[in-house]
Amino acid sequence: MADTETTPLQPKRKGLTRRQKRSISRGIQYAVFVAAVIAFGVTADWGRLQNQFAQVDIAERMFPEVITLALKNTVLYTVTGFGVGLALGMVIALMRLSSVGPYRWLAGVYIEIFRGLPALLIFIFIGVAVPLAFPGTEIIGGTYGKVALALGLVAAAYMAETIRAGIQAVPKGQMEAARSLGFSPGRAMVSIIIPQAFRIILPPLTNELVLLFKDSSLVLFLGVTLEERELSKYGRDLASQTANSTPILVAGLCYLLITIPLGFVVRRMEAKAQEAVK
Amino acid sequence: MSRPEIRVSGLHKSFGDNHVLRGIDLEIGQGEVVCVIGPSGSGKSTLLRCVNLLEEPSKGQVFVGGTELTDPDVDIDAVRRRIGMVFQQFNLFPHLTVTENLTLPQRRVLRRGKAEAAKVAAQNLARVGLAEKADAYPSSLSGGQQQRVAIARALAMGPEVMLFDEPTSALDPELVGDVLAVMRMLADEGMTMMVVTHEMTFAREVADRVVFMDGGVIVEDGAPERVIGAPQHERTRHFLSRLLDPAMAQVEEETSDQVGKSG
Repeated sequence: MADTETTPLQPKRKGLTRRQKRSISRGIQYAVFVAAVIAFGVTADWGRLQNQFAQVDIAERMFPEVITLALKNTVLYTVTGFGVGLALGMVIALMRLSSVGPYRWLAGVYIEIFRGLPALLIFIFIGVAVPLAFPGTEIIGGTYGKVALALGLVAAAYMAETIRAGIQAVPKGQMEAARSLGFSPGRAMVSIIIPQAFRIILPPLTNELVLLFKDSSLVLFLGVTLEERELSKYGRDLASQTANSTPILVAGLCYLLITIPLGFVVRRMEAKAQEAVK
Repeated sequence: MSRPEIRVSGLHKSFGDNHVLRGIDLEIGQGEVVCVIGPSGSGKSTLLRCVNLLEEPSKGQVFVGGTELTDPDVDIDAVRRRIGMVFQQFNLFPHLTVTENLTLPQRRVLRRGKAEAAKVAAQNLARVGLAEKADAYPSSLSGGQQQRVAIARALAMGPEVMLFDEPTSALDPELVGDVLAVMRMLADEGMTMMVVTHEMTFAREVADRVVFMDGGVIVEDGAPERVIGAPQHERTRHFLSRLLDPAMAQVEEETSDQVGKSG
């Protein structure tokens, strides 16, 4: 009775208060987490897992080749693919923004097709269909050229859209200022607009690099020589040789060795870009 | 008045159904300073942008320094080098330092050498009183400083004519003076200037002529003491009274002329 008199605006609650509800909810979440960890720890057969994935002597045998050959090739495939994708993506982005209708249309069709197809199909297409269709033609650089082309074709579709968005995000006044100073449209684009667009799209482009890094594993569908193997293929080959999966684990760790720092760099750049906007 | 530096005749401009300029005839002589005033939506900014063809006129002719800009065969980039333009939003290149903002256009457009471009840049930064900001990035400057850099950037190209599109409208009131001082200095040096502005004091003191626009036409054109001091037309009087004493304005219906693109 005294309660309702001192706080007439707050009717006496029935049941739990908000704070009680919140702490119960949090308690349940922790309980589920702990239960899941315990269930995983108890049910998994750690001995067999260790036997299959963590044989130290097999892992040791992979060095230094896993770095000097496999990781090197993975990086090489990724970087060349990224380069091709960037150049092609830039051309397609500019076509997409062109005042010439057929260019816009062609760029649109390219983007839709290559964004819609799994990268795997592109690799098979490059590896099988191109030699069939054009007998006698050699893609420059052998396997390396093929990979750069296949990865580049896939990446270009995504990058073209990113680059186009970046160019359009540069304020209109920048082009007007450049034109009023006597820049031709092309020169204004190269000297003024594109440098600003790239600062905007650096984080998504780096993300694309991470995706390509993983897609480079599709090389194995082209059929590669021993010297051309990258991380996934190398890990698989060794796994079947040793009848043990440790090489797969080591190969996986090598991917993370690159992708985690890259992801960190992207987040740093995004935070910085956010600050610049403010 | 000697040979007109800027000549606009029979100029029309429409954006879709919006007929913004409805027949403009205007001449600006060499060394003349002309301020264009008028309510927002009157077409004054569009007129200014037509003078360097940032807007393509729908009809009519524009001449600058004897060259017809509206001639389809004209090298518009070459003509624009002789016309400096200053924007309301400054439009400095944010990825370049102040000095690079001044040197890059000189080098890319005028093909000046590195040393010469740097020299011209330093001279013009000194002219606008910002020599010590040479290595700063635009984002670290105040609005007034950015606008002065923008003026210096235009001057570094050695223009014969300067166009100003509401150069002080985006500035905090206490920063307006520095920019107007630079413009006054240019006027005193004999630069041909066309200025779209709301700064009546500047128009009265610096302009040789004031042009009042409303509804896409020039309503009044004459010496500042006449157009601002003793306006002949009711529309001019109405605009000036609202501008000089905004608190006295009545609530009124918008006319169709005033709807649409500002400026």
